[in-house]
Amino acid sequence: MIDLTTRYLGLSLASPLVASASPLGERLDTLCRLEDAGAAAVVLPSLFEEQITLESHQLDQHLSSGAESYAEAVSYFPDLHTYHLGPDTYLEHVHRAKSRLGIPVIGSLNGVSTGGWIDHARLIQEAGADALELNIYYIPTDPATTGAEVEQMYLDLVRDVKASVTLPVAVKLGHAFTAMANVARRLDGEGADALVLFNRFYQPDFDLEALEVRPHLTLSSSWELLLRLHWVAILFGHVRADLAVTGGVHTAEDVLKAMMAGARVAMMTSALLQHGIEHLGRVQADLVAWMEAHEYESIGQMQGSMSYRAVREPSAFERANYMKVLGAFPRSP
Amino acid sequence: MPARSGGLFALPLREARRVNVTMPQLTLDANEAVAEVAYRLSDVIAIYPITPSSGMGEWADQWAAARRPNLWGTVPSVVEMQSEGGAAGALHGALQTGALATTFTASQGLLLMIPNLYKIAGELTPAVIHVAARSLATQALSIFGDHSDVMAARATGFALLASGSVQEAMDLALVAHAATLESRIPFLHFFDGFRTSHEVAKVTPLPPEAVRALIDDDRVRGHRGRALSPERPSIRGTAQNPDVFFQAREAANAYHRACPAIVERLLARFATLTGRAYRLFDYVGAPDAERVVVLMGSGAETAHETVEHLVAAGERVGVLKVRLFRPFSAAAFVDALPATVRTLAVLDRTKEPGSAGEPLYLDVVAAVAEAASGGASRFATPPRVIGGRYGLGSKEFTPAMVKAVLDEAGRPAPRNHFTVGIHDDVTGTSLEWDPDFSTEDPRAVRAVFYGLGADGTVGANKNSIKIIGEETAHHAQGYFVYDSKKSGSVTISHLRFGPRPIRSSYLVGRASFVACHQWSFLERLDVLSVAEPGAVFLLNSPYPPDQVWAHLPGPVRETIVAKALRLFVIDASRVAREAGMGGRINTVMQTCFFAVSGVLPRDEAIAAIKRAIAKTYGKRGDPVVQRNFAAVDRALDGLYEVAVPATTAGGCGRRPAVPAGAPAFVRDVLARIMRGEGDALPVSALPADGTYPSGTARWEKRRIAAEIPVWDAGLCIQCGKCVLVCPHAVIRAKVASPEVLAAVSPALPSVPAGWRELDGLRYTLQVSADDCTGCAICVEVCPAKSKSEVRHKALTMAPLSPDHDEQAARWGAFLALPDLDRDRLNPGVVKDVQLLPPLFEFSGACAGCGETPYLKVLTQLFGDHTIVANATGCSSIYGGSLPATPWAAGRDGRGPAWANSLFEDNAEFGLGMRLALDRQRAYARELVTRLADLPGDLAAAIMDADQSSAEGIAAQRTRVAALKAALSALDGNDARELLSVADALVKTSVWIVGGDGWAYDIGYGGLDHVLASGHDVNVLVLDTEVYSNTGGQMSKATPRAAVAKFAAGGKATPKKDLAAMAMTYGTVYVARIAMGANDTHTLRALREAEAFPGPSLVIAYSHCIAHGYDLRHGMDQQKAAVLSGHWPLLRFDPARTARGENPLQLDSRPPTLPLRTYAYAETRYTMLAHSDPQAAARLLAEAEEEIRARWAFYEHWAAMPVSPARGKSPA
Repeated sequence: MIDLTTRYLGLSLASPLVASASPLGERLDTLCRLEDAGAAAVVLPSLFEEQITLESHQLDQHLSSGAESYAEAVSYFPDLHTYHLGPDTYLEHVHRAKSRLGIPVIGSLNGVSTGGWIDHARLIQEAGADALELNIYYIPTDPATTGAEVEQMYLDLVRDVKASVTLPVAVKLGHAFTAMANVARRLDGEGADALVLFNRFYQPDFDLEALEVRPHLTLSSSWELLLRLHWVAILFGHVRADLAVTGGVHTAEDVLKAMMAGARVAMMTSALLQHGIEHLGRVQADLVAWMEAHEYESIGQMQGSMSYRAVREPSAFERANYMKVLGAFPRSP
Repeated sequence: MPARSGGLFALPLREARRVNVTMPQLTLDANEAVAEVAYRLSDVIAIYPITPSSGMGEWADQWAAARRPNLWGTVPSVVEMQSEGGAAGALHGALQTGALATTFTASQGLLLMIPNLYKIAGELTPAVIHVAARSLATQALSIFGDHSDVMAARATGFALLASGSVQEAMDLALVAHAATLESRIPFLHFFDGFRTSHEVAKVTPLPPEAVRALIDDDRVRGHRGRALSPERPSIRGTAQNPDVFFQAREAANAYHRACPAIVERLLARFATLTGRAYRLFDYVGAPDAERVVVLMGSGAETAHETVEHLVAAGERVGVLKVRLFRPFSAAAFVDALPATVRTLAVLDRTKEPGSAGEPLYLDVVAAVAEAASGGASRFATPPRVIGGRYGLGSKEFTPAMVKAVLDEAGRPAPRNHFTVGIHDDVTGTSLEWDPDFSTEDPRAVRAVFYGLGADGTVGANKNSIKIIGEETAHHAQGYFVYDSKKSGSVTISHLRFGPRPIRSSYLVGRASFVACHQWSFLERLDVLSVAEPGAVFLLNSPYPPDQVWAHLPGPVRETIVAKALRLFVIDASRVAREAGMGGRINTVMQTCFFAVSGVLPRDEAIAAIKRAIAKTYGKRGDPVVQRNFAAVDRALDGLYEVAVPATTAGGCGRRPAVPAGAPAFVRDVLARIMRGEGDALPVSALPADGTYPSGTARWEKRRIAAEIPVWDAGLCIQCGKCVLVCPHAVIRAKVASPEVLAAVSPALPSVPAGWRELDGLRYTLQVSADDCTGCAICVEVCPAKSKSEVRHKALTMAPLSPDHDEQAARWGAFLALPDLDRDRLNPGVVKDVQLLPPLFEFSGACAGCGETPYLKVLTQLFGDHTIVANATGCSSIYGGSLPATPWAAGRDGRGPAWANSLFEDNAEFGLGMRLALDRQRAYARELVTRLADLPGDLAAAIMDADQSSAEGIAAQRTRVAALKAALSALDGNDARELLSVADALVKTSVWIVGGDGWAYDIGYGGLDHVLASGHDVNVLVLDTEVYSNTGGQMSKATPRAAVAKFAAGGKATPKKDLAAMAMTYGTVYVARIAMGANDTHTLRALREAEAFPGPSLVIAYSHCIAHGYDLRHGMDQQKAAVLSGHWPLLRFDPARTARGENPLQLDSRPPTLPLRTYAYAETRYTMLAHSDPQAAARLLAEAEEEIRARWAFYEHWAAMPVSPARGKSPA
C-alpha cells in the first residue's frame, strides 16, 4: 500500500495534492467536489482588504450621491436593513466550508494595511480555518521604495500576524527578490510556518485598438514549475518552514518533482480550471501508478530527495549550470 | 488664531443635558411619524409615490420588507399600484373584504382617488388616508404645501382631520384610526406638505399601551364581520332608481352626525393616556379676546406663537385651531370661541376662484349665522367674519402676517377676501405686514446653513438635530429648503433648538448662527440677510484666515461690520479631501458648528457626532465610518476666528444674476427669482395664464463646475460624440469660413473642417464654462487619444480657469458664428448633427443626465416644427421649472412649443394636440381649395407640398408666407379664416415625452389607447427604469433583481416589455434605442419615428442617478446594457410589412456580455448582493434566463415570414 500522506502547516494530509486559491473555492458545491476528487486540503480564495474598503466607499458614495439635494427626491435608494460589507460574507464561507468538508480548510488573506491584515487574520481564525495563507501581492511601483524596505514590510507583516493569531501561517511569495534565499530564511525567522512558492503576478495587456491597458489572465503551464522546483530545492533544509509549490503543477510528474525538490504539498489551480475538478483524481491515480512502478513506498521517502543538498552535483542549481546550458545550445553555423 | 472653546450663545443648553424623561424622545419628520402609526394599524397598504407623501409609502415598504409586524403581530401587505386611482381601488377592495387598510397621498394623487372616496364613505367603511397636503396643478405645478387637495375632497363624506405639527400628526393619526373604527366614517388625516411632512422635530412617541388601548378589537372584528364573504353572501354597489336613491343617501346621516362626538371622546381618552390634550377646535389666547384668527394646519402653530406673544403684550386676541374640519360641528366651533369675540378672521390655505369665500370661511359664516339665528347665541353681538387666503404652495406664513390679519380684524371696516403673504398689486387683495415684527424666542439657537446638494449639508444637519434632540432636553426643529435644480443645487437648512416648545412653522428669519458651506454662494446670494446683530458666521473658505477678508465681496464685508458678526473660517474642502471624503464637507462643517456654537461641550459634542456617524454610516462598512471619524478629528485644527477689521473698503460686488443684455422679463422677473428674491415679486410681475417665454435658461449662468472639458484641437477627429452626449448642451461645434472666424473672434481655436464637402471651412468646438456641470461624460466618450500619451484625449477635464470673463466672452463669440445651412448636413450622421443648433440647453437636470441628450437631439432634428406634450416627472421639472426653461428658439425665432398637463394623461394630451393640428390643417386646405382668388400655382404647390425633409418644410414655410401676404390683400371671411389657420399648412410634429413611470404605469392606459388610435403622434419614453423624480421608486420598467424603493428586496418580477406590447398592434412604429450603444441607430430610429405617418413609440435607455454609479460612465453602461442583452436595440416598422418584409429588425447582436458584468457596475443591483446575496444570485439567474428567452423570442419574431396583406400601416 502506497503511503501518500504528508504534513503541511502541522496538519496531516492524506496526500500532497492541495487545491490552491481559485474560483473553484468560491462555492460550497465545487469545494465538495474538490474533496471528492481527492484534494487533501483546500486554500480558499483570498479575502481582499482593498476590495472590502472599496466596496464600502463605493456603496456610501452612490447611496449618498444626489441625496438631500432636491425636494422631491431626498434619496434615491431604500435604506436596506443590512449590508454584508466587510469580511462577513467571506467568514461565513470559511465557516460553512469548514463544517461541510472533512479536509483542512486554509483561509487566504490579501491585505493592504497592518490593521487590516491583523484584524482579518484573527477573524479568519475565529471562523474556524485550519490555517491561514498570507497572499502578499505587492507591486512596488514607487521608484523611491528600496528592496530593503519591501523586504522589511514582508517581515513586519509576518511578525505582526503571527503575534496575533495562533493558527499556522503560510506566506505566499512572488519570486522577484534579489536574495530569495535570504528573504526566505528571514521570513522563517519571523515564524512563518510555510512558504508558498510562487505567486503568479497577472500582467496587464495592451488593447491596441482602444489604446487601453486591460487586465489579462493566462493559466499556468508545466514549464512554470521549473522556477519553483529550483527554489524549493535550494531552500529545502535551510528553512524550518514547510515548503509548498504553487504554479505549474499539472501532472503527477509535476507533483513528484515538487516532492523530490523538497515540497510538502503541490498546489493546483490552472490544471483544474482547464481540465475540470476530476483531473485531480487522475493525477492522484497517476502518482500512485508511478510510485508503484518505481517501487516508492511513501511520499515522505522522496521529499527533498533531489534538493540542493541531496543531489550529487549541486552545481546544476548554480551558475555553473547556466554556463553549461548556454554551452550546450547548438550554435548557428 | 484658534477658535475659543466656549459657547457663544446665552442659551443654557448644556444645563439641560440628559434630563431624565420617562419616554425616550424621537427626532423625526411627520411622514415617518404618521407612517409608523398607519403601519402598525393596517393589514393592507396600497401605495403610489407622490411628493411630498412618498416618504410614508417608502417607510411602510421598508418595514414590510424587514418583516416588521403590526399591532396584531402580523406583517402588513404593502403593494405599489400603477396610480393613485389604482391605490384607491385596491384600498376599497381590501376594505370590502375586511382588511384594515390605508394609503398615503397628496395633490393630484388625492384627486385621482376621489371617485373611490365617495364609494368608501358611501358604504360607511372604516378607513384612513394620510395626506401630506399639497397644491393642485393649475397655472403651474407646485409640489409644495397647501390645502387645495384636501379641500377638493371635502364633499366625499370622508372626515377631514388636520394636524399642525409633527407631534400632532403622529397623535392625530392614531386618533383617526381609532375614530374611523368607532364611527364607520372613513378619515382623511392631513398635515401640511413639506412644512410638516418634511420637518424634522423632536417628539414624544406614542406609548404602545396607549395605541393598544385606543384601538378597540371589537370594532376591528365588527369591520371584518361586515366584509364580503361567500360564507354569508351579500351584494354592495347596487344601482338605484329615482324612487329610493335619495332616501338611501340620507340613511347614513346618523353616522356623520355622531362622528364629532366620537372624535371628541377619543381625544379625551387620548389625553388621559398620553397627557397630550386636543379638542375638535382648540382655542388659544386671551379669555376675553375680541379678535380671533381661525385656521388649520401648520399655520395654526405660527398663529399660536404669535397670539401668545401679543397676549403677553396685552392684546385681546386669540387663535382657534380647527382639527376636525369634516364633519363640521358648528356647535363645537361656537362653543370653543370666547364669548367676547367681535371679529373672526378665517384663513384658508386654498383658493376657490369664483366662490363666495373659501371653504373654512363659508363654514364659519354659516356656523356663526346659525348660532345667531338659533336665538341662543353665546355672543352678545354676532361676531363679524372676514376671510382670507394665505400660504398657497408653501408660501411663507409668519407671525408678522398673523399680526397683520389680527390688526386688520381690529379695524372699523376690515377688508374681506384678502390675501396675506404676497403683494397683490393687480386686484389689491393683500394685507401689508411688518417685516420687522418677530416672535422668535431669544433663548433659542436659530441657525441657517447654506450648502450645496452634493456636500451633504442637509444630512449632517439632520444628524445634528438628532444629536441635540436626543442628547439634551431641548426642543429641536429642522426644515430644509431645496433648489429647483438637480445639479449644483443650493440647500438651505433652518434649525432651531431651545428650551421652549417650538411652534415656529416658518423659516428662520433672524439667525444667531449662519454657515456658508460654499464660497461661491457669497458671490450670488445674500447669505447674511438672515443674520441677527452679533450672530456667528461660519464660512468654508479656500483662503487662509489672514487672507479671507481680502477676498470677501464688498456687500458681505459691509454686513459683517454693520451687524458686528463674529467670523469663523475653515478650509473644509481641504480638510475633507485630506480625510478621504472627497467633496463631502458635511462632517467637517458639522464638527465646526458644534465647536463654535457651544451647544454641547466640545468633547461631548465630538463623541456625540461620532456616535451619530457610527449609527448613520455603520451599515456601509467600517472604512466609511473611519473616514468620517478622521474628518471630525481634523476639523478643529483647521478652524479659526478671523479678527474683523473696522473698515469695509474694497471687495468685489455681487455677480449679476443674468447678463445685462437679457430681455426685460428675464431681467425684471426671472433674475429676481434666481437671486432668491422671488417672494418679493408682486402679482403683476407674473403671467396670469401660466405662459412663459422659452429660451430663458441661457441667461442663467450658474457657474457650478469645478472642472470643465478642455479641447485639444490637434487631436480632435470631429466625430461629434461629445456634442451628442452632452446632457446640458454646453459643448458645441460649428463650421465657418476662416474669414468669418477671423471677423467674429480670432481667439477661437479652429482646425480645418473634416468634411470632404466642406473643404476650405474650419471647425471649432467650444465649452460654455458658465453652464457646464462638470459631469465629464463628454471626456469619457471622446475616442481621440494622444499617440504619445494615451490618457490625454481631445477632451480632458481641467480646473475651471479663474478668468471667467474671458471664457464667457469666447462662448459669446462662438454663439455669434453663423450656423451652417441645414441642407448641407446629413441629419442621419452624428458628425453632421453636431452642427445643428440645439433648442434644448442648460437644463437643471442632474449632472450627467441620461435623458436630456435624447431631448436635445430631438430639437436638433425637428425642433423648429415640434410641439411637446410632457408628462409630469423629471423631464417636466428640468424642462419647466421656474426660473428658467431649457426649451429654446433658434435664430429664426422658431423652436419647440412645450406644455405639461399632468402625469397620468400625457398621451391623451398629445393626441388632443394632434387632433387640433390635423383639423386646422384640413380646414386650411378646404379654405385654400375654396378661395378662388389665390394664385393657382401657389395653391397647388401648398396642397401638394412634400414636407418629409427639413428643406421641404422650409419651402412650405416660404409658400405659406406668400399665402399670408396674398391673403392680407383679400377681403372676405374665408380669407380672414385662412389667415388664422394658415400656419397649420406647415408640418408640425407632436412629440409626447415622459418617463417610464408615466408610460409603463400611470399613463399606460392612455398611452395604449393613443398608440391604438392610428394618429400621427410620436412618443418618446425616457426609460430610467425607476420613478426618478420622486426618488427612485419601482415602476414596471424596473428590471428584475434591481433594488428600488417599494422593491427593497430586489424586484422579483420582470421588466415589462413595452416595445413588444406595442409591436403586437402591427400598426405602431416601435424602436428601442440606447445612444451610448449605437448613436447612429438613435438618429435613425428618431427620424423614422418622426417620418412614420402613424403612431410611433421610441423607448430610450436613459442612465440615471438612481442607478447608483458615476454618471460619467453612463454611455459605457448603455453599451453594456445592449451587449448583455438587457436592452436589445430594435426597430419595428409597419411600413415594411406592406413591402412583404418582416417589420421587426434586431439592431444589436445576441448577448455576449454576462448580465452580471453590466448589472454589478450599478448600486441598484450590488446593494442587494451585499444585503441578501442569495436572493441577489437567484434573481440575477432568473434575469439571465429571461434575457435568453426574450432574445430567442425576438429572433423568432424577426425571422417570421410576412404576408404583405397583414398589418397595413395607417395612411
